Amino acid sequence: MGFMVICSLYINKISILLSSHFCILTSRMSLFQVNVRDALNHAMDEELERDERVFLLGEEVAQYDGAYKVSRGLWKKYGDKRIIDTPITEVKTNTLAGVQSQHNISLSQYFELACRHLSSCAVTMVTRANQKPFFCISPQTVVFLENELMYGVPFELSEEVMHKDFVVPIGKAKVERQGTHISLVSHSRCVGFCLDAAAVLAKEGVECEVVNLRTIRPLDVETIEASVIKTGHLVTVEGGWPQYGVGAEICARIMEGPAFNYLDAPAVRVTGVDIPMPYAKILEDHSVPQIKDIIFSVKKVLNM
Amino acid sequence: MPSLINLIEEDRQQQGGEKRSETAGRWQQDSMQKMLTIISNVLRGSASRNAASMVVSSRSYADFTPEATFDIKKVDLHRLEEGPPLTATLTREEGLKYYRTMQTIRRMELKADQLYKQKIIRGFCHLYDGQEACAVGIEGGITLSDHLITAYRAHGYTLTRGGTVREIMAELTGRRGGIAKGKGGSMHMYTKNFYGGNGIVGAQVPLGAGVALACKYLGNDQLCVSLYGDGAANQGQIFETYNMSSLWKLPIIFICENNQYGMGTSVERSSASTEYYKRGDYIPGLRVDGMDVLCVREATKFAADHCRSGKGPILMELQTYRYHGHSMSDPGVSYRTREEIQEVRSKSDPISMLKDRMLSNNMASIEELKEIDIAVRKEIEDAAQFATTDPEPPLDDLCSHIFATDQPFDVRGATPWTKLTSTS
Repeated sequence: MGFMVICSLYINKISILLSSHFCILTSRMSLFQVNVRDALNHAMDEELERDERVFLLGEEVAQYDGAYKVSRGLWKKYGDKRIIDTPITEVKTNTLAGVQSQHNISLSQYFELACRHLSSCAVTMVTRANQKPFFCISPQTVVFLENELMYGVPFELSEEVMHKDFVVPIGKAKVERQGTHISLVSHSRCVGFCLDAAAVLAKEGVECEVVNLRTIRPLDVETIEASVIKTGHLVTVEGGWPQYGVGAEICARIMEGPAFNYLDAPAVRVTGVDIPMPYAKILEDHSVPQIKDIIFSVKKVLNM
Repeated sequence: MPSLINLIEEDRQQQGGEKRSETAGRWQQDSMQKMLTIISNVLRGSASRNAASMVVSSRSYADFTPEATFDIKKVDLHRLEEGPPLTATLTREEGLKYYRTMQTIRRMELKADQLYKQKIIRGFCHLYDGQEACAVGIEGGITLSDHLITAYRAHGYTLTRGGTVREIMAELTGRRGGIAKGKGGSMHMYTKNFYGGNGIVGAQVPLGAGVALACKYLGNDQLCVSLYGDGAANQGQIFETYNMSSLWKLPIIFICENNQYGMGTSVERSSASTEYYKRGDYIPGLRVDGMDVLCVREATKFAADHCRSGKGPILMELQTYRYHGHSMSDPGVSYRTREEIQEVRSKSDPISMLKDRMLSNNMASIEELKEIDIAVRKEIEDAAQFATTDPEPPLDDLCSHIFATDQPFDVRGATPWTKLTSTS
């Protein structure tokens, strides 16, 4: 008896946006400017409307409209039964949700993971994704991690995406940008940096393929391998620490799989600096991957 | 002008013979003294500064009550036969010290609010104004060789535990002169025997028990004060801590600063039992008026005696209030009314309460307190100036201070080719 899927439909739609940019469709489609916070909000709203059994449970999600205002308006619309404020008890909330789903297969649940205990430690958020991943294909529990720095960032959505039945599968990466010379594999905020770096490198004649993982576990190794086989070079980019990180796993998998034979140079990781996250702005900026780090690594790998 | 001063001198000589009771309750205002105050106020308003200060200096400090005893609110007890005393004695020096410290915390927090809105301070910032009596009262009941740990609303404690305003503000602005060299920020400030400043809700309480265990192990007669809020009071790890510290009779004082709201959730909506002083079950508890610095001090002294006599942990609930929202991103009025905030401000403000007590018992003059206010304001201005002009930490410091004492070692940078060095 597994856990029920946690609004996988909604999660998938959001994961497009969260992971960063996505292709702007051709001019025939009309485009909507939506920021990540509002996109999350709309998606939750749609899921709550679609299925009576869906509810939202977390710290400050109801009357406070969400610690980061992600669940704004939902309590007003759906009331106490569907939108539930909990005391500050992280372990209990998770266990409670788990227990319920074990006893009642038909109950779907959603974890508001942007609640205080995760959002108050941005570094841990990334680390947790690395160390305790339990994304699974439905009907399993899904953990959905949001980068709080992205909440206010707007993206353009086509009409197709805005439609409430638009879904994207869990466990599938997306090639955000086609390229031929090198593969940049990333997730979350860093995908945006990769695309920016790719734009700069394109001016020098280097075409980077940017792969947005979207799901950490299960890792879409096929898409990564296909990309590496095509380009022959790999740089992984992540905000987390290098040791035991997503990039480390990707490199190990590539080495163990068929794509290794197509590598023309060792695969390389661009990561956060291996230190506790400092507070001062100048130090913080230098402890996460910057676009120049990505460009530098690409050039090193391509022996430029 | 000279004739007025003569009048005042005459009056002083007349009063010199009066006996002053050391432990008087309400001090009977002499009508002459009332007139004195009025005169000095008038002079200050209309005459030159020199004249006003001459009036002030003619009232020597011998005129003030050196010590007075006040009735304080009865404390609710849990598993205790006796509680702290119902009266508290305050000396003039103590009063002025508490006043100055509370005023400094207040002004510092308001300045931080201002700087945050100017985006000079960024990130998390949880302000302590309204709760000053807790920090100052607790420090009044323990010594600097005792230990203290709290959560993220920690600026007040950083000050009472020995930090300076300059260091605190420079830390908020992330500069190299900050108390944590600019690397910690609002929630990670430390001084000797003060362990922060902790971001994870409730996680500091088990740490506090660890410090208390060290005190017991080393047999140094010190104790640890472990603070948490009403929101954190429902955390499981706190109950684990209650159990272990009770079992091992650790010298720990648990203090729940109940400011009625855990972020946006009122205590009624978060807790099945809002009697936080009883939540320790087998641990004796006190519920104290956290807006009265003397109440807090007496309760802390009582609790400290309890711990030091080897009886094990004790729990204190301080009923207090924060004027600001949970943090700078919270206006603080979506879950409570402005009227409520105003009411607390006007009826229970800790600084006003102390001020009224001191003035009505002639322990200080209005001018003296005003001078303290001015001095505090200047100190805050200077600190803010420093905090905004001090440079950021140098990039060479990026990887430093990871370990306490160690040989310099290599740290991986953002790329495999970026090798950085960490020094301690």
